[in-house]
Order: sequence, then structure tokens, then C-alpha cells
Amino acid sequence: MASLNVLAFVCLAYVAFLFFIAFWADRMATRGKSAAWMRSPLIYTLSLSIYCTAWTFYGAVGYAARSGLEFVTIYLGPSLVMICWWWGLRKLVRIGRSQRITSIADLLSSRYGKSNLLAAGVTILAVIGVTPYISLQLQSVTLSFAIFAEADPLRGYNETSIVFWVAAGLAVFAILFGTRNLNANERHHGVVTAVALEAIVKLAALLAVGIFVVWGIAGGVGETLARIDASRIGQWNVDGSRWATITFLAAAAFICLPRMFQVMVVENEDERHLRIASWAFPLYLLLISMFVVPIAVVGLDLLPAGSNPDMFVLTVPLQQGQQGLAMLSFLGGFSSATSMVIVAAMALSTMVSNHIVMPVWLRLQNRQASVSGDVRDVVLLSRRVSIAVIMALGYFYYHLSGGAAALAAIGLISFAGVAQLLPALVGGLFWRGATRSGALAGLTVGFAIWLYTMMLPALGGGLLPEHILRHGLFGLSWLRPEALFGIEGLDPTVHAVMWSMSLNALVFCLVSLMSFPSPLERLQGAQFVNVFDHSAGPRGWTGSVAQCEDLMIMSQRILGATEAQAFFQRERMRQGGRGPLPEPTPAFLERLERELSASIGAAAAHAMIGQIAGGSSVSVADLLAVADETAQMLEYSSRLETQSAELSATARKLRETNEKLTQISEQKDAFLSQVSHELRTPMTSIRAFSEILRDAGQLSPQEQRRYAGIIHDETLRLTRLLNDLLDLSVLESGQVSLNITAGTLTEVLDHAVATALAGSEMPLTVRRSPEAEGFRLSSDLDRLAQVFINLIANAQKYCDAEQPELTVSASVSGGRLHIVFTDNGSGVPADAQQMIFEKFARVSPERAGGAGLGLAICREVMQRLGGDVSYLPGHGGGAFRVSLPAAGEKAA
Amino acid sequence: MGRHVVLIEDEPNITEAIRFLLMRDGWSVDAHTDGATAVEVIRDAGPDLVILDLMLPGKSGLEIVRELRAEDGLQALPVLMLTARGQMRDREMAEKAGVTRFMTKPFSNAEVLTAVRDLHAQAGQG
Repeated sequence: MASLNVLAFVCLAYVAFLFFIAFWADRMATRGKSAAWMRSPLIYTLSLSIYCTAWTFYGAVGYAARSGLEFVTIYLGPSLVMICWWWGLRKLVRIGRSQRITSIADLLSSRYGKSNLLAAGVTILAVIGVTPYISLQLQSVTLSFAIFAEADPLRGYNETSIVFWVAAGLAVFAILFGTRNLNANERHHGVVTAVALEAIVKLAALLAVGIFVVWGIAGGVGETLARIDASRIGQWNVDGSRWATITFLAAAAFICLPRMFQVMVVENEDERHLRIASWAFPLYLLLISMFVVPIAVVGLDLLPAGSNPDMFVLTVPLQQGQQGLAMLSFLGGFSSATSMVIVAAMALSTMVSNHIVMPVWLRLQNRQASVSGDVRDVVLLSRRVSIAVIMALGYFYYHLSGGAAALAAIGLISFAGVAQLLPALVGGLFWRGATRSGALAGLTVGFAIWLYTMMLPALGGGLLPEHILRHGLFGLSWLRPEALFGIEGLDPTVHAVMWSMSLNALVFCLVSLMSFPSPLERLQGAQFVNVFDHSAGPRGWTGSVAQCEDLMIMSQRILGATEAQAFFQRERMRQGGRGPLPEPTPAFLERLERELSASIGAAAAHAMIGQIAGGSSVSVADLLAVADETAQMLEYSSRLETQSAELSATARKLRETNEKLTQISEQKDAFLSQVSHELRTPMTSIRAFSEILRDAGQLSPQEQRRYAGIIHDETLRLTRLLNDLLDLSVLESGQVSLNITAGTLTEVLDHAVATALAGSEMPLTVRRSPEAEGFRLSSDLDRLAQVFINLIANAQKYCDAEQPELTVSASVSGGRLHIVFTDNGSGVPADAQQMIFEKFARVSPERAGGAGLGLAICREVMQRLGGDVSYLPGHGGGAFRVSLPAAGEKAA
Repeated sequence: MGRHVVLIEDEPNITEAIRFLLMRDGWSVDAHTDGATAVEVIRDAGPDLVILDLMLPGKSGLEIVRELRAEDGLQALPVLMLTARGQMRDREMAEKAGVTRFMTKPFSNAEVLTAVRDLHAQAGQG
């Protein structure tokens, strides 16, 4: 008889072998060299066999020994699903692929508006629901160890320590397998290959034991059938409600169990594999269940009464001295347990990490997750810890439940737990009206009832006080866990499943009908329900402001540098862009989100991209009537933006006005200072000479006359200055009233020349061409004459020729009359030409007679008359041109 | 001790008035209108006193004073500045530049004579 040490060694060797297979398959896959068979429907079908756990391997025989043919229902459910509902599974797989779904929690969250609350709820439910199942695997492996241990001469192993080491071993095993790396597409080729191998081992082991029993012990098919007929298992003793309930449960669990979802949807390579699996998997189930009844019957016959029927697969060969066969059988059971635990722990840890740890971590990171810390490490660590915690939960459940219950009973509790997901799942796939609130409410109700009517009673007196079990919660008899609403006499399983499922579905439907889905929910709902219509439909990243570099940094943290760079490179090629990074188009963000959601789940990926891209989530045809909150926010913020733009425009205008005012104030100061200077200068002369005349005694009559003349001239100068200032101020303020009269240019020039020459002794010859001056004018002729007088007076003052001459010419061009005054002096220096029209500007002070206001007045007058005056450089001397609108043809 | 004045002023009537006043008081007056040549003129004439207008063609009165003060032997030369711009800022700038006394136009003849005599007396003592 093999000692426990040998057994442990065989287990380790077997695990090492599995690990090698998984490692090798992973390597092939990452190198893209995976052989065709690795992606074949065969592997897919075999991987589905993780449905058959140690419960199936050991427990089915026990189930048959206790309850007859009822064990068939466990196989019937999945077979019916595969055969009759493969099209529904196909929809599930299509959605899973198109939305990059990572788990059943992710699927539900994604369907119901990427709700993280829902995902977290589903995750918790799944963990609690699957915990008994994991405990069941522990129990079966422990039992099988114990069988060998009983015969071991070196006893001293106690059951508790075996359970602990089995749990720890499986945890390490699952961590090593499931979280070696964070695969971008979340497919685990290695694990799937190993699971497929284990599927073969467990089938082979069971078939070998079965063949040995039928032909080695019973002595052929006929003999076996006779034995069966003789035993009570052979009696056709069917409880209709239990059959229906358990078949339904098995079918629901087949779809909803996280590990089944993992291999069926997440690890699916090709939708067409489902077609093959739809008949191949039922065939596998048929093969694995074929010898259950013979083994049970023979076991009951052969072994002493009271021996555990759950272990017949092991104890029958041992009793017959078949060490090798027993070892193979043990490995088969071990395979069943390990493959289930690994995949379940992987699937659950993904859910826990994506939907509970990551959201919390993201929040703790204060929304800076995208740019700080390595998300990969966090994800991997959280998955590993999750696996350990899940295994620990299984271990504690085993302790709480006392490890005494039959395997099948524990399995059914798990089935009923995860079956609570069914209404939300199926509703989500086929009913667009299903809402997040409905799903949450249904799940909560179903989960609570399941906990109360099934899970807690199964745990026994430890958790649920005896009086509640007997008399109901709060002493209300209609709240008794095993007889809700006073319905008694039902089988407890049927009772619990009926209430939890029916109320779950009812609440789900009612709340869905009453609540209004968010835009994202409606959109996702449409995508799920009509997945075959628009698998590649956009999910609505409208953000155009995404910071591609930030996206890149974030993606590297999640996908790993190589993966992320390769993805971005591919996207850039696809866009045909020239920059180092792809444009953040909605389509690109869409694909990036799916890529990320494969690693961290839909809700987290959506949130992370949202943080960076900052775009609004959707609004398309489906959302016609919905006033999206985001849209309101956008509108509000755009209104704010407009307001802030307006404010800054106003501020700019104010600033400009202020500058202008400051400038004007400075001009005013300068002007006052100039005026003061221009007034003080003549006043100085007047004062000085009047004091001389008053005080000085002996002045010659000539001197007296001369000084009085100076005083007189300076007084005139003052008067002129004051007149000019007043005139200019009237002109500048625009209050001047024009006196428009008709006349000819000749008349105006005659008057101007006469006036200018009369007021001065300075000699100046004025040359005119009277034949060219006969233009009719309609203007303020006095003002025009004033301009001419100023220009002539300027020539008198400033022309530096020995024989000063001024030529006046007139012409019409472009509808304007031009009068040019050209003297024969040296003209205005080039650097002064710009400023001569400014107030108080004088080019040569020593010859100045005026205050420098003459040209400024000319400019103002001409502006009022609709014309202008300008200096013409390069005309040989000082040349000024006056132009004004021509009134008509020449007069004569 | 001589009584020679150099007067730089671009307004001919004012020049005439000052010249009349000072000559009656026993001064010899050398009058010029151009600011650009003023420093040279002063250096050559070696006057006992300078009367400067602030706003001059060619070079401003302030610049002329600064240049005078930078020359050897002219640092202490009394300079009376006349200006038609009577703002405080102008007075401050003039004093900073080294002007000995600052007078705003229009002035009384008595003021000018007093100022000239004072400056001359101070320079004599100094």
C-alpha cells in the first residue's frame, strides 16, 4: 500500500508536469507558434469539463448510492444547455469578445451601464456562492488522502492538517498558474491546456475504474445490469420537483459559475468551437457518467455497510488490491479538484481585483491612478492576495460546516447561489428594458433568500440560531428558513430555489419596468441585445481632447510597456498617421478601452480613460429622449467658458480704455505745459519792457518807441495765440458750425493772399495761374481761406530763399480738388515732416513767429471740410497740398 | 573782479531786455541764441556769471549746465537759469544738474538784478 509520502510525491510530480505543460503552452502562445490543436474545438470542449469537479468524480457515485438516478440531473442541466441553448451561449461569447469581457461580474456591470456597484455585488455573491464549492474540493481531496492514510502504517496525520496543507498547496498552485502574468487579452493558454489534460486524466481514470468494475468484478455487462436491477438504485423512483429543480440549477450554474464563464466565454478562441462543443461536451458528460451506477452498485455490494459511498471510486480498487488503479483514480480526483480550484480562483480573483480592489485603490489614489504607480503590480498583487483569501474562505467553510455533509449537498448550495445571477444575465442579453436598478434589486433579494434558506441552515447551529430555524426570524413562523410564507412539506432545496429564483426574477422585472435606465445603460443594453447586428458598433468616446501621451503612460502601466507600445504602434499604422502617437479618435479610444478592460475590467477601464480623455460618454440614436447629465455638465461648462471669455474681453477693453485715458491725460499735461510756456514767453518780454519804461529814468525817445513797439507786438502775439488755442479747441471738440457757401477757388485765393501779405512786412512773391483756378467750390469759404492764409504765412516765415517765392497750383483728379503751395526754400527736414502738423511743433525756433498751432489748425479745418492737408516731400521746397471734394466742373 | 555775463537765450526780445538791465548795472553782456555752441562760448569768454534759458535750440539748458560742471574751473561758475516752464519737476532737475539759481518767467527786473548781484557776491566770497 502506497504511503502518504509516496502519494504526496506523486501529487507534486503530477503538478510539476501540469505546470510544465502550462508553461510550454504559454510560451508557444506568446511566440505566436501555438499549434493548431491548441486552439481546436477539442481543447475548448475538454476545458469545459471543469464543470466536472471532484464532486462529479467522487460525489456522483455517492449521490447515486444515496439517491438513485437523481445524480443524472447534474449532467442533464448542462447537456440541455449545450444542445438546446447553444445559440444563447453564442450570443454570450460574441458579447464577451466584442466587449472584452473578463468575468461574469464584468459582463453584468458592462451590460448595466458599466456599474461598478453591480460588479462588486456580483463579485461578492460569486465569492460567497463558490466558497462552499471550493470547500467541497478540499473535502474530497482530504477524504481521498484519508483513505490512503488509514492504510498507512505511519499514521499521525490528522485531518485538519491535511485540509490545511491541501488548501495551501492549491492556493500556491492557483497563484502560480493563474497570475504568472497579466495577459493583455486575459486568455490563459497554459491553464486551458493543462485543464484539458486534466480532463483527459479524470475521464480516463473514471473509465478505467468503471471498466474494472464491470468486467473485472461484476463479470460483464449482463451481470452488471442484473446487479443494478437487484439494488435499490435500479428502482425508478423519481421525485419530479427535485428533478426539475436540480436540472434547472445545474443548467443555471453551468452558465453562471465564474469558472464556467471563464473557460466558456473568456478563454473562447473561436465562436465556432461552440458548435462542436454543443454535442461533444454532452458526449463527455455521458462518458464520465456512464459507469457511475455500476461503481455505486458494486461498491454497495462489496464494501462493508457504513463506508462512505463518496469514496467508492477509490475504495473499490483498493479493496480489490489494485494499487495502480487506485493511484490513477486518486489522480483523477486530484485533477478534478485542482482544475476546478485553479480556474475558479483565477476567475474570482480577477473579479475581486477588478471590481473591488481596483476601484477602491483608484479612489485612494485620488484619481491620479493614471499617472502614478505601477497598476500592473497592484493588479497582480491584488489577484494573488484574492486567491489566497478565497482559498482561506473555503478552508474556513470546511471547518464551519464540520466537513461532514455529503459532497452533492454542498455542490447544490453553490449552484443555487450562483444561479441567482441568471435573471440579470438572461434579462440583460434579451431584454433591452432591463435596468441596473432591476438587476441590483433582483440579485439582492435572491441572494438574501438563498443565504437565509440555504446557506445558513447548511452551516448548522454555528451561524443560525436554532430557534430561528425552528420558529422563524423574530419568532414569525412564516419566516422560517425552510418554510417561507408557511409553505411546508417541500424538499429544502426545491423550497429555497423556488423562492429565491422566483422572487429574484419577479423583483428584477418589476424594478426594471419601474426604473429608468441611464443613457449608457440603454446604449450598452442595445449593444448586448443586438450584439449580432452591430458587434463593432461604437460605444461613444466623443472626447477629442484626449492626451495621447497620458493614455500611453497609463496603458504601459496596465498592459506593460511592450504590449502598450505595440498596440499604439498598430493603431498609428491603422490611422496612417505620421506622428509618434495615434490620434485620439473615438474609434481608437474605443479599442483602447476594450484592450484595457481585458486587464482591469470594463468599469475601471472606462473610468480611467474617462479621467484622461475627459470626453462625455455617448449620446446616439438610442438616447433621443434622455437629457444626459454629462451633456448638461458640458453645456454648463461651455456656458461658463463663454462667460469667462466675455469677462476677459471686457477686461481687455477696460485695459485698453484705461491706457487710452492715461495717454490722453499725459497729452493734456503736455499740452498745458506747452500752453504755459507759449504764454509766459511773450509775457516775460512785456513785463520786462514795461518795467523798463516805468523805472528807467533816461530813455531816448527812440528807445521808448522801440520798447513800446515790442510790448505791442508781444501783446498781439499773445492775442494770436489765444485766438488760435480757442479756434483749435472749438475745431477739435467738433462744435464748429460750418457756413457752407458757393464760390470759386480764385476768389478764396485772392482773399487769402491779400490778407496774408497785408499782415506782414516780410517779402514774398506769390505765383498763381489764374486760368487753372476757376473751380467752383461749395464749402466754408472763410475756413478754407484761413487754411490758405496759414500756409502762405508759413512760407513767409520759414522760406529761407533769398528771393522767397510761393507757387500756387490747382487740379482735379479722382473727384477731388488739389491745391498745392510750393515755395523755393529748403523745405521741411525729413525727420520733422511727421510732426509739423502736431500742436506746438516748430521746426526752427529762431525764426518762429507763431506758437506752432497753424498747421494743427489747418489739419483740423480740412478734416471738418471733408478734405485734408499734407506735406509733399521732394518738390524742391516746402510743398503743402490741400485737397477737398470737388464740387463740380470748372466755372469758366 | 570783473562783471562779465554770458547770456544764452533764444527769444530776442527777452535778450534785449536783460542786456539793457545788466548793462545799466555795469555789466558787459555777451548774448547768444544757440545751445549747441554755448559751452564753447562760455569756456572762451570766461564769464563771471552765466544766464541760461532752459529750452534752447540745439542743446537744452540742463545739458549745458551738466557739461559745464564736468569741466575744470567751471564747477563753481554761477549759473542763473530762466525758464517759461515753471513746474517743480523742472526746478528739481535743474538743481540736480548744478544750476545755482532757478527763475521762472515772467520775472520782474528787480528780481533778476538782485539774483545776479547775489550770485556774483557769493562767488566772490567763495
